Amino acid sequence: MASTIRVRATSSGETTEVQALIQHPMDSGFIKDAKGEIIPAHFIQQLTFEYDGKNVFTADWGGGVSKDPYVKFAFKGGKKGDELKVSWVDNKGATDTTTAKIQ
Amino acid sequence: MKLRSAIYLASATLAFAALTFASTLPSGAADKIDPVADAKAFQKFFTDKFPKVKYEDFVNGPYSMNEDLHRQWQEKEQFPPYEFSLEMGKEMFSKPFKNGKTYEDCFPNKGIGIRQNYPYFDEKEGKVITLELALNRCREANGEPPYSYVKDEMAALTAYMAFTSRGKPMDIKIPDDPRALAAYENGKEYFYTRRGQLNFSCATCHVQSPGERIRAEILAPALGIVNAMPIYRSEWSGMGTTSRRFTTCNSQIRGVPLSPQDDEYRNVEYFLSYVSNGLPISGPGARP
Repeated sequence: MASTIRVRATSSGETTEVQALIQHPMDSGFIKDAKGEIIPAHFIQQLTFEYDGKNVFTADWGGGVSKDPYVKFAFKGGKKGDELKVSWVDNKGATDTTTAKIQ
Repeated sequence: MKLRSAIYLASATLAFAALTFASTLPSGAADKIDPVADAKAFQKFFTDKFPKVKYEDFVNGPYSMNEDLHRQWQEKEQFPPYEFSLEMGKEMFSKPFKNGKTYEDCFPNKGIGIRQNYPYFDEKEGKVITLELALNRCREANGEPPYSYVKDEMAALTAYMAFTSRGKPMDIKIPDDPRALAAYENGKEYFYTRRGQLNFSCATCHVQSPGERIRAEILAPALGIVNAMPIYRSEWSGMGTTSRRFTTCNSQIRGVPLSPQDDEYRNVEYFLSYVSNGLPISGPGARP
């Protein structure tokens, strides 16, 4: 399957603006399905953006975050052509990683 | 006696008034079905009501009605929420069925760039055929079980087909067949008929009040509303087809929805698509 992460990072010289969209059900564990059975909790617990060996953004998420979450932030620094690494881990231990070139 | 003659006189006057009223109407205008004039009047209604909205922008639903929403949407479009579904649709579309055939074999031009021709009137069958229906028939003809009409796979497939047709003007034809005209007229009637506990017609929201709020939502104009289908709705946290939109609209007005792809729904889609002729396909869309 294709990556669950879409990311775009653009540098304006001083700062880098990052946008990401992640495909994930983000089930809270409080919702029942059509048969009345609880859909088990399944959500991303930690999302990290790494640049130049350092974490530039970390999010500790829970079941309150929407399905297929979208993130946008900016950090100081970041050069065009450098790589930005994005990864997430969910409560079932699943994980995905991708890298994107800063534009 | 006096009373009776008064009644005679009154009813005679009424009858006379009705006669003169009828004779002032253009002859036969009330019962003749004229889709060309309908579409012209329909489009003129919206362009007159919203003179500042660009013609092609009507297909963008609520975003054409509200500047703030428009800005938010443009930002969202850089990472459209329908992207995952679109990718899935693309993959599914060219993946062969068990018998080796694909969806491409069921459609003209291999299914690429043809969204604007749906729904069409099938003269053999005497009914309106929508894209969703054609897709499921294609599956069944190839020995595959049909998909649900409202979301997931069906939405992914129609999303891909709409995407390959983006920008092409809606081009619905009504053949010279009394059954086609009847289907069109039936769809029009459904569109303007009030129903449900709230006593709303489709037109109450989408003709009378586009741009107004209904709770937190901004209502989309009926003109071009089908051009953006299927849509990712944040409210649904997922994709939905035209069928999903029709059925949920009906239950929201506390009416009883028909089953998806019921003849009447197909006729409504036929009517709505016809009066939006000339407006570009913009699907798949994203809606709040």
